Amino acid sequence: MKLLTQAPSLTDFGHDPWWLILGKIVFAFVVALLGTLLGVWFERRVVGFMQVRPGPNQLGPFGLLQTLADGLKMAFKEDILPKAADKVIYFFAPAISVICAVTALSVIPFGPMVSIFGHQTPLQVTDVPVAVLVVLALSSMAVYGIVLAGWASGSTYPLLGGLRSSAQLISYEVALGLSIVAVFMLAGTMSTSEIVAAQGNGITLNFFGAEFDGPGWYAVLLFPSFVVFFVSIVGETNRPPFDLPEAESELVAGFMTEYSSLKFALIMLSEYVAMVTMSAFTVTLFLGGWYAPWPISIWSGANSGWWPLLWFFGKVVLLVFVFVWLRGTLPRLRYDQLMRFGWKVLIPVSLVWIVFLAGWLKMQDFERNDRLIVFGIVGGLALIAALFWPSRKARPKPTLAEQVENRPQGSFPLPPLDLQVPPSPRTRRMVAEREPANAPAGQDSEEV
Amino acid sequence: MTTSTVLAAAGAVSGGEAVTFWILAPLALAGAIGMIAARNAVHSALWLVLTMLSLGVFYVLQAGPFIGMVQIIVYTGAIMMLFLFVLMLVGRDASDSLIEVLRGQRLAAIGLGVGFAGLLGSGVYRATQGSTPVGLEQANAGGNVQGIARLLFTDYVFAFELTAALLITATIGGMILAHVERRKEDKRDQIATMKARFAPGNYPGPKPGPGVFATSSSVATPARLPDGRLSDRSTPDILPVRELTAEETTLKGTEK
Repeated sequence: MKLLTQAPSLTDFGHDPWWLILGKIVFAFVVALLGTLLGVWFERRVVGFMQVRPGPNQLGPFGLLQTLADGLKMAFKEDILPKAADKVIYFFAPAISVICAVTALSVIPFGPMVSIFGHQTPLQVTDVPVAVLVVLALSSMAVYGIVLAGWASGSTYPLLGGLRSSAQLISYEVALGLSIVAVFMLAGTMSTSEIVAAQGNGITLNFFGAEFDGPGWYAVLLFPSFVVFFVSIVGETNRPPFDLPEAESELVAGFMTEYSSLKFALIMLSEYVAMVTMSAFTVTLFLGGWYAPWPISIWSGANSGWWPLLWFFGKVVLLVFVFVWLRGTLPRLRYDQLMRFGWKVLIPVSLVWIVFLAGWLKMQDFERNDRLIVFGIVGGLALIAALFWPSRKARPKPTLAEQVENRPQGSFPLPPLDLQVPPSPRTRRMVAEREPANAPAGQDSEEV
Repeated sequence: MTTSTVLAAAGAVSGGEAVTFWILAPLALAGAIGMIAARNAVHSALWLVLTMLSLGVFYVLQAGPFIGMVQIIVYTGAIMMLFLFVLMLVGRDASDSLIEVLRGQRLAAIGLGVGFAGLLGSGVYRATQGSTPVGLEQANAGGNVQGIARLLFTDYVFAFELTAALLITATIGGMILAHVERRKEDKRDQIATMKARFAPGNYPGPKPGPGVFATSSSVATPARLPDGRLSDRSTPDILPVRELTAEETTLKGTEK
């Protein structure tokens, strides 16, 4: 970890010449577009593999150009504007989604300081002290794209999809924000490049005097936050199993039912760009950003120069694979299950975890005796809670005979419990007369 | 810190700041006017979103990146979205009517609004004219976010917690008012429903169809039970039970 000087800080930003800024912006934009082109192909191939079918395999090597062909085909389709649509909003809604999804890539650090034509510059478009909040703000603005698309279509299914999505995204945004709080507490900053830098070196854990070298990645240190965060971003990007706004089987396609041609392409683009952006965001916050994972990080040159780009995009592809894996595995949640999961599981877990983490961090400065006292108090409280927890005593379940016995007078008559139904003489005769089957005996005898 | 902080701290308005201001200030004003002028409630909300977004950027421009982002996340992202949520339920075609209920109210409102804006603007202008802003460097010394956090958790922690308690109380109050009390015991599950179905006084089978074993296929003709009695359960409650008389059932002599 002697190459930490390579990690940019906030003061390294804002010194680029204009052509370098332009180049970085174009790079981020190309990442978004390529991410969509390859992402759709990747998803279809992986889902195909999981469902034991080939997936797109005709156009180009491994069907790589299939998405391009689909995109071109979409551009030549008729652009339908529904009569009942609110024209201006209908036109702008997909653009809002795409703009928000692409802009979020501007604060994602792709790599450390590199030298481009003699300029020392970080591989990141820009960074601000509140970069993480920028991403959150953009994701909260992206909701408008979906909601307005649903409303402006002037039709019932899109409206329902839009309403669902607004409720879902607002709920999951709360859990998303709460799960990032833990990262802020450990990193002490909201700037993405500094959060990555904070994960570069392992931490030293002090546990009752004994010191351990812990890993630096927040996915390990803040595992509950990581889980809540990932579940929330799956909900935030409308991906299965949380894709209720576009549930094909109940809402046709939700908010995008009325869209066609290039506007539909824009909606698809925004969905996949959001997936890539959110994966990159997860990598930045929890998976060490552009830092090399463990076995590679032994090599001293792994975290300098252009190599980190490779580690970064490797992690992003891995996370996109997880997204696709979820789609191939989990069925869609019901709406009330989704809401209950968000409000009654994710948010309380985040809150309790934040309180626990704050207590733990505070305790690091304590003396040994004070620490023991704190442990004693918390343990005692837990014990008291466990002792006085209202327990529900299971009532012995009445047997069937008792239940029948206890029915009030005049109830609907029941047959006797020990009723033996005599076999029908007609069935017996039919079985005797049936010809023996031709199938080889013995092999399938266990079935039936 | 960042470029924007440096710009704002310098005291003088720099080129980039001026350009951003003169682009966004008309937009913010247009949003405000559009919000009042728009006939459709959703359009109104969207104009307001434009104003709020511009305000957020202004905060960032004034070296307050945290408050700017929070403005966008909380106001634009959450509160306006909840507004939209309700407005969308109203329906697309619900537009305001142009009929003025109070005569002259619109003119009076415009006059008062412009007058108030003039008073406020001139007052603020006169108050801040010639004064030099100080203290931004010290306030943002350890970083903008850290500065806000330090103030919130030291000097203003009591006010902050009180506000939080107030908000939580309001939330819980709202939930209680909107909550429909349905206790667990009141909910009938499948087993209880089945038990009630087979309890005495209730016939568990399907209702007999009207006109079964009857002389007419009318919905108003009750079914006959196997013992010949009429079944009230076979006819809708709003229809009077009507049994055809012998005179009505005899042939009228109109057929060939």
